[in-house]
Amino acid sequence: MSGASEVRNGGAADCGEVELTLALNGESVTVRTSPSARLLDVLRYDLGLTGTKEGCGEGECGACTVLMDGLPVNSCLVPGWQARGRAIETVESVPAAELTALHESGATQCGACTPGVVMTAWWVRRNPDLVDEHTLRDIMAGNLCRCTGYDGIIDGLEVWLAAAGRERAR
Amino acid sequence: MKRVEGLSKLTGGERFVDDLPVDEVLWGGTVRSPASRGRIRDVRFGSEIDWSEFVVVDHRDVPGHNSVFLIEADQPVLAADRVAHVHEPVLLLAHPSRDAVRRAVAAVEIVVDSEPPVLDFRAPPQPEHIQYGTDNVLKSLRIEKGEAERALADAPIVVEGVYDTGAQEHVYLETQGMLAWEEGGVITVAGSMQCPYYIVDAFRHALNRPKDGIRIIQAATGGGFGGKEEFPSGVALHAALLALKAGRPVKLVYERAEDMVATTKRHPSHVRHRTGVDRDGRLLAQDIEVVLDGGAYVTLSPVVLSRSIIHAAGPYACDHVRIRGRAMLTNSPPFGAFRGFGAPQSQFACERHMDRVAAALNMDPIELRRRNVLRPGQTTATGQTIDDGADREEVMDRALELSEYRQRSAAHARFNASDLTRRRGLGLATFFHGAGFTGAGEVHLDSEVHVAGLPDGRVEVRTANVEMGQGTLTVFTQLVTDRLGLDPADVTIAPVDTALIPDSGPTVASRTVMVVGGLVERACDDLRHRLGLAADAAGGSVTGAIRSWHAAHPAADLLGSARYRKPDDIEWDEETYRGDAYGAYAWGAYVADVEVCRRSGGS
Repeated sequence: MSGASEVRNGGAADCGEVELTLALNGESVTVRTSPSARLLDVLRYDLGLTGTKEGCGEGECGACTVLMDGLPVNSCLVPGWQARGRAIETVESVPAAELTALHESGATQCGACTPGVVMTAWWVRRNPDLVDEHTLRDIMAGNLCRCTGYDGIIDGLEVWLAAAGRERAR
Repeated sequence: MKRVEGLSKLTGGERFVDDLPVDEVLWGGTVRSPASRGRIRDVRFGSEIDWSEFVVVDHRDVPGHNSVFLIEADQPVLAADRVAHVHEPVLLLAHPSRDAVRRAVAAVEIVVDSEPPVLDFRAPPQPEHIQYGTDNVLKSLRIEKGEAERALADAPIVVEGVYDTGAQEHVYLETQGMLAWEEGGVITVAGSMQCPYYIVDAFRHALNRPKDGIRIIQAATGGGFGGKEEFPSGVALHAALLALKAGRPVKLVYERAEDMVATTKRHPSHVRHRTGVDRDGRLLAQDIEVVLDGGAYVTLSPVVLSRSIIHAAGPYACDHVRIRGRAMLTNSPPFGAFRGFGAPQSQFACERHMDRVAAALNMDPIELRRRNVLRPGQTTATGQTIDDGADREEVMDRALELSEYRQRSAAHARFNASDLTRRRGLGLATFFHGAGFTGAGEVHLDSEVHVAGLPDGRVEVRTANVEMGQGTLTVFTQLVTDRLGLDPADVTIAPVDTALIPDSGPTVASRTVMVVGGLVERACDDLRHRLGLAADAAGGSVTGAIRSWHAAHPAADLLGSARYRKPDDIEWDEETYRGDAYGAYAWGAYVADVEVCRRSGGS
């Protein structure tokens, strides 16, 4: 087994590493990673931000949703190096005080889809005009909840948006 | 009350197994059988890999009995000389790089001399297919009530039907995963699971260790739906074998594709109904045959079959019922626990058949159900008298009302008359579901629950029952606050860690609230009794008494406990399958509203 621990994540011994600098949750970070690492891997295994979850690994379920330059993306479909120079926001950046409405509506059950749900919801919360053109259910359609807790998610999001609207109107 | 761990999940702070921080960890991987059945002739390691970097485990590394302990000891932890289904685990690998593990798994070739596999559980097995007993029947069971054959012969109308259901995947959003390490002679596993003590038993059996050399910890579990009842025992054993051989922690987390191909699914079913009715639609006789595909090993199929046949006649009254069931061995990956545990399959058949009977009688299918649904004092197929205060007809009426069934139905008729390509339809079905283990199962489980008084006056609930999204932590907190008149802040739930908790049984079968919840309440009563408090003592008098007790007994444990006691009025005969199959039932009705495009077949 000697020498095994020198082989780094992502088979770096074969392919070398790439270095990238990104704005992560508002702070500039630089990380060395495998060229084949997904943004999801960079966040979870290189940077230790395990709030973002892997559900399907192929862009179907939305559990790994993060915001990239302010737009939701499935981080399992984004090559890590593509985040170079971009602003990435993960669930760890959302203030807990913002999550009261989702908490009170029972928007989480097993919790595996939840960080992805929260990130899409956070995007809607910051872009309330989206609701003028699309229903909340359409906007949230990219986030699967296997526990089928959609009513709790939509109810909480409605309350959250209404509260934010009152804030703006003040 | 809000979900106890809700905010922790919303902020991403909850730790699932793959989120646990661990230094010097190796990633595990599983090499699986490419064939459905045969003898392993060779295991070839590709020359492109430096195998000296890897920890490699095979069946010879299993220190105890090479089987995953469950009802029978027939499923190997790792295949030795034979494989019985495709994707059966043969070899385990570990390495610091997950990518290196992926490449290495793909670089191992398992060479199998194939033998004829059984892939259709409905076809009678040929001699070359026999792999279990003389007929591949893993289990057969029978329920007899009255004289079904005679009643069928006498019935004015007999309606027959055959119904099939396929395999079904759980798709828990977090895949199977375990982290294993050895520390001070104790092999410890943390991971995604429903039944920590199943894993303890599996470790005693396959790792040949005493109970105090085994520690099983549940990490946050991202959905189970039955898929994390028995399957995690094998994953935990694999992670432990790798960790023991490596002398380092090993994390074994399935990727989605592997989870889908290799883990259990709902049992496919084939159900035949022969039903005798009179012209008013009264059920005179039900003859039902249930066949399940068990897959390659026994696993839980005998108990799945049991629940399947007990629910097969539906929540209807009939004096003459015969139900025969069997689970068949095939060379598919073993089928396993999935919400409902065999009952949805047999009730799907029963409900479709009720519609067929109604059509044969030219009767409204809802009216047919109304005429036959169990009324107070009537008996189920096993002869259990139902007198629980529930009104099953009212349940149906409520579903009809909530769904605006009549109005919708009339609107669909108009729509169908005017639309060329699309058709809309409504349907109602009933269901019932027994809570807890079947028959004497709860007696065998002998569950125990502790409720501890902590030095600071708080109360801690200690059970083996896990939170996996269904609300266990919140429900237990509510039960204790109600029972002892406490604030939620005065109640805490112990982590599910077998070093800290008693065995209150598996988190399955709708038993967590119905059975374990009752034990939590009784353990609260016992705690109050130990404190010398009156039976109605609550709130501050309880927390104050706990603090005083600890002041008088420094460093001692204050435990209220409760053990399962069979209610006196429940009687079950395992031999004849007569009696009270379950202590309590849930009764339900559902309505489906479906539109189908006749051109595309889409809905």
